Amino acid sequence: MASLAFAGTMDWSPVRISLETSVTATAITLAVGLAAAAWRERRRGPATALVDGIFLLPLVLPPTVVGFLLLLLFGRNGPLGKLLLRFGTTVVFSWPATVIAAAVVSFPLMYLTARAALEQVDSRVLEAARTLGASEWRVFREVALPLAWPGVLAGTILSFARALGEFGATLMLAGNLPGRTATIPVAIYFAVESDDMTRAFAWCAVDIIISLTLVAGLYHWTRAQGRARWMRR
Amino acid sequence: MPLQVQIAKQFPDFALDVSFTAADAPLGILGPSGAGKTILLRSIAGLERPDRGRIELNGRVLFDSGARIRVPARDRRVGLLFQHYALFPHCTVAENIAFGLRHLPAGDRSRRLAELIERTRAQGLEGRYPRELSGGEQQRVALARALSIEPEALLLDEPLSALDTHLRSQVETQLQETFAGYGRPALLVTHNIEEAYRLGDQLLVLAHGRVSAFGAKEEIFRRPPTLEVAQLTGCKNFSRARPVADHMIEALDWGCRLRVDQVLERPVARVGIRAHHIDFVDSSSERGVEENVLRCRLVRSSETPFRITLFLRLREAPPESGEHDLQAEVFKEKWDRFRDRGQPWHVRLPPDSLFLLPE
Repeated sequence: MASLAFAGTMDWSPVRISLETSVTATAITLAVGLAAAAWRERRRGPATALVDGIFLLPLVLPPTVVGFLLLLLFGRNGPLGKLLLRFGTTVVFSWPATVIAAAVVSFPLMYLTARAALEQVDSRVLEAARTLGASEWRVFREVALPLAWPGVLAGTILSFARALGEFGATLMLAGNLPGRTATIPVAIYFAVESDDMTRAFAWCAVDIIISLTLVAGLYHWTRAQGRARWMRR
Repeated sequence: MPLQVQIAKQFPDFALDVSFTAADAPLGILGPSGAGKTILLRSIAGLERPDRGRIELNGRVLFDSGARIRVPARDRRVGLLFQHYALFPHCTVAENIAFGLRHLPAGDRSRRLAELIERTRAQGLEGRYPRELSGGEQQRVALARALSIEPEALLLDEPLSALDTHLRSQVETQLQETFAGYGRPALLVTHNIEEAYRLGDQLLVLAHGRVSAFGAKEEIFRRPPTLEVAQLTGCKNFSRARPVADHMIEALDWGCRLRVDQVLERPVARVGIRAHHIDFVDSSSERGVEENVLRCRLVRSSETPFRITLFLRLREAPPESGEHDLQAEVFKEKWDRFRDRGQPWHVRLPPDSLFLLPE
């Protein structure tokens, strides 16, 4: 009874914010990561190593550093912050900031997996499509992407998981505004900090359930895709 | 000529420098692996960029390094059949073939699809995926797909090499039918001499990135222009030679004088004869008197189901030459008629079968 009463008084907004943020960030990461991977697939040379380095930086740096850099970029005096101010808006300490932080931090996972998946595609099959009159977009959309799809999907799952667990950069850029920017990980941190162990424990349980359900569901779905007829021997 | 090709491309360890024209007929391109055959086809299809040169198809310039023209592969209308077919694994047979028909209105598309399926005898396979097809079926689908764009030239890269032996002749017949109804340049790359001969009207021999012979296949086989071409077209018997009189040469490695029909403009360096042109004659005819008849002994033999290859040592040959001097090939029926004769045997090298090679 006590737990029910507790659940009733609980503010569920972190769950909504976490899910909305992760879904939006993953969608952005999927689009941008795929585009970056497809772009990178066609290029060779020393400059691409530098580009790779930059793309992978969010994976290597501590999330707090990423958050700090994003704060410099989007802050009142940052180049993007100034640009946004001109349109009368700012993203720092707002919901879009949670999305930006999660997208940036999960981007390298998407980029790496998508690139590996596209590299696996037999180049002769793509060339065959070209000799049949297909534009580069059609080659990508109808041949490369479907063949790389299982890998791309795996990247999407990884990115989603990373976005859901994002804490450091989110706190730096979006802060802890209950009902607006407080995601589950942020809520847990502040619950512990204010010695509310019951609440922290509850959030942890909720987080575990969400993660387990989503990842297991996606994994199952990918497996089903992997059993597509054209892949069977 | 409908197809004119003149291209050069430098690789770290290899250079391609090729120039030829193709008529509206099948052209066999024969060469050992690494001769540049595949790169040549890929360059014409627009998948490889030559360093310099020019490619023209039916008056359209597809590539011209001087004029900086390089038509992308999708606009070339050149059908390419890949060695391992490169079918779209995630598309059904019908989807594979229809991939090149996207620009057509729906009605025309299904009509063309049905037409292509019938032409390549792929009926009943429409709903299957490439993985569910046999090698021969994959080949038919790939051919239908390559023909879907109504290509102005058809390029086939080792179309039979991925097939089992028993399928080859069947697929080869289908290719011949396709060529017969195609009436446009069809380039067929192979390293199989007989395939090149059967399927091509004309023949181009490629070696080390260069054209070493080009012309009518009968002529190339009868009178190969160089030692390399003679070897690539399957000739096994060569001897160093020097002219001694009109239509008369001395074959140094065979230790004999031979009458030859051919007159060579350039200095003669070698004489050659194909294994199946060597004739076994009756030893009762007057020895040594008859022209181009040599005495020999059998060193060893090697059998195929219907033919036998005989490795022969010539009696007059200098001792430093190898284990055998001549390699003759005869049908087993004929072999049965003289196998029990006492040795030495007598072989005749007919003057019109001997060809001369320059240095």
